[in-house]
This record gives sequence, structure tokens and C-alpha cells, in this order.
Amino acid sequence: MSDPNQGEKDDVRGYVAGYALALALTCAAFAVVRWPSFNRITTLAIVFTLGFAQAIVHFRYFLHITLAKSARDDLWLILFSVLIIVLMVSGSLVILMNLRARMM
Amino acid sequence: MSAAEAKHAGINLGDSDRETHEKAGSEIFGFWIFLMSDAVIFALLFATYGVMLRGTAGGPSAADEYRILPAFIETLILLTSSFTFGMASVAMKHGRGLRTVLAWMVITLALGLGFLAMELRDFSTMIADGALPSRNGNLSSFFALVPLHGLHVAAGCLWLAVMLVQVPCFGLDKRVKINLLRLGLFWHFLDIVWIAIFSVVYLQGLIR
Repeated sequence: MSDPNQGEKDDVRGYVAGYALALALTCAAFAVVRWPSFNRITTLAIVFTLGFAQAIVHFRYFLHITLAKSARDDLWLILFSVLIIVLMVSGSLVILMNLRARMM
Repeated sequence: MSAAEAKHAGINLGDSDRETHEKAGSEIFGFWIFLMSDAVIFALLFATYGVMLRGTAGGPSAADEYRILPAFIETLILLTSSFTFGMASVAMKHGRGLRTVLAWMVITLALGLGFLAMELRDFSTMIADGALPSRNGNLSSFFALVPLHGLHVAAGCLWLAVMLVQVPCFGLDKRVKINLLRLGLFWHFLDIVWIAIFSVVYLQGLIR
């Protein structure tokens, strides 16, 4: 590296970019609820999409998880945890909401 | 951009401190396993909250008590604290001296305590309004999920306080650096859980 401070500048820039993106997504999500302009379902879908995007921003810029160098063990662990979470959360919601609907 | 290969989640020290970087891989992977199992716990509490959403048994639901402004301010505080901890990590990685690292850590701790104070005020308002965890399933699941995150933040603040003693006492040696890397992962992870809480719990409840 020619400039010894270049690495530090890159790191700082990464955190600033992540902070700015996350801030924008947070404000958008709260604004959509504060000043409702869509129906309930659409608003909910927008909020969840923005939240998901913000989680990806946090993973990318704060936890430095990228898809490059995918031989790393922690990426496999993330995939496995996501699988477990999707199975258990969606399973619980589907089964118990179905049960509620049938009992009402 | 970086010559050294990334060995673990979070900021990697490979560019500035080879020796610590060699050791950090396995030590941080162990902590990553804990974080992922913690994520599964939170995910299941979210599932419980979703199932209990309409389980109000004729009483108040947690959503009646949500206020958008405190939730928004809490979100901003936690997000900013994630950023300031990131700056502490960068200062530590690039040898900016103890004073800079400590200053960012103190700011992070102050933000974390501010978040906890606001959250406790929210909970006490809810309890004063009769929205107790024992009232119905909806409130039980709310009080299982959100205060558990608060408890994690409290543990993070305690850990930060310990590190505020360790850094000046031992200097930034290998062990202290790896501890800071782990604390950074924990802190950023809690912020990701909070994204899910403000989207799924607060904003969903506030949509009219």
C-alpha cells in the first residue's frame, strides 16, 4: 500500500456508508408508518422489505460479511442458522395461525 | 482493497496486526457460534410474538401502548452506538492510540445506557397502564422478547465497562484486541436484532 493511511480511510468510509444507508432505511420505514399513504398490507410489506434491506446493510458494512471468500466457516453457519430460523419460524406461524383460524 | 484474507466476521486486523490476526480466526468463530444460536432464540421469540399477536383475551394488547417517537429515538440511539463502536474498532485496528479508542467506547457506552433508560421508561409506562406480562399471551410474548434484547444490551454495557478498564490496564495487546473484536460482533448483532424488533413489533403494531 502506497499510503499507509489508505486502509484506515477505506475502513472509516465503509462505516460511514453503512451508517448513512441504515439511517436512510430506518427513516423511510418510520416515515411510511407515521404518514400512512398505502393500505395496511402494503405498508407492512414495505416496512418488512426495508427492515430486511437494513439487516443486509448491517451485515455487509458493520459485520463485514460478504459473499467473497465463501470458504469461510462462518458463512456456512449463517446459512445453516437462516435455514433453521426459516423452518421453525414459518412452521410455527403457519401451523398455529391455521389452528387459530380453525378454532375461531 | 485488503491484502490479508478475511478470517472471521467483523473487522479483520490482517492489514495492521498479522500476529493477532492469525490467532483471531478460531477464537472469533467460537463466539460467532454463540451469536448464531442466540439469533435462533430471538427468532423463536419472534415466532411466539407473531402467534400471540391476537391473543389479547379481551385485555389491552402491547400494540396499544406503542408510541412512534420513543421507538424512533431508541432506534437512532442504537444505530448511532453501532457506528461509534465501529469507529472504536477502526481506531484500534490502525493504532490510533488508547485515548481515541477509549473516547469512542465511552460514547458507545453512554448511548447504550441512554437506550436502556428510554426502554425502561417505556416498560414502566406500560406497566403503569395495566399492560402487565401476566395480563394475556400477547403481553407475555412482548415482555419475553423486547426486554430480553434490553438484557442483552445491558450485558453489552457491562462488557463495555469491563473493556474500559482492560484497555488502559493492559494496553491494546493481543487478548484485549480479540476481546474488542468479539464485543464489536455482539454489539452489531444486537443492532440487527433491534431492526427486527422495530419492524416486526413496533411498526407492525403502529400501522393503522
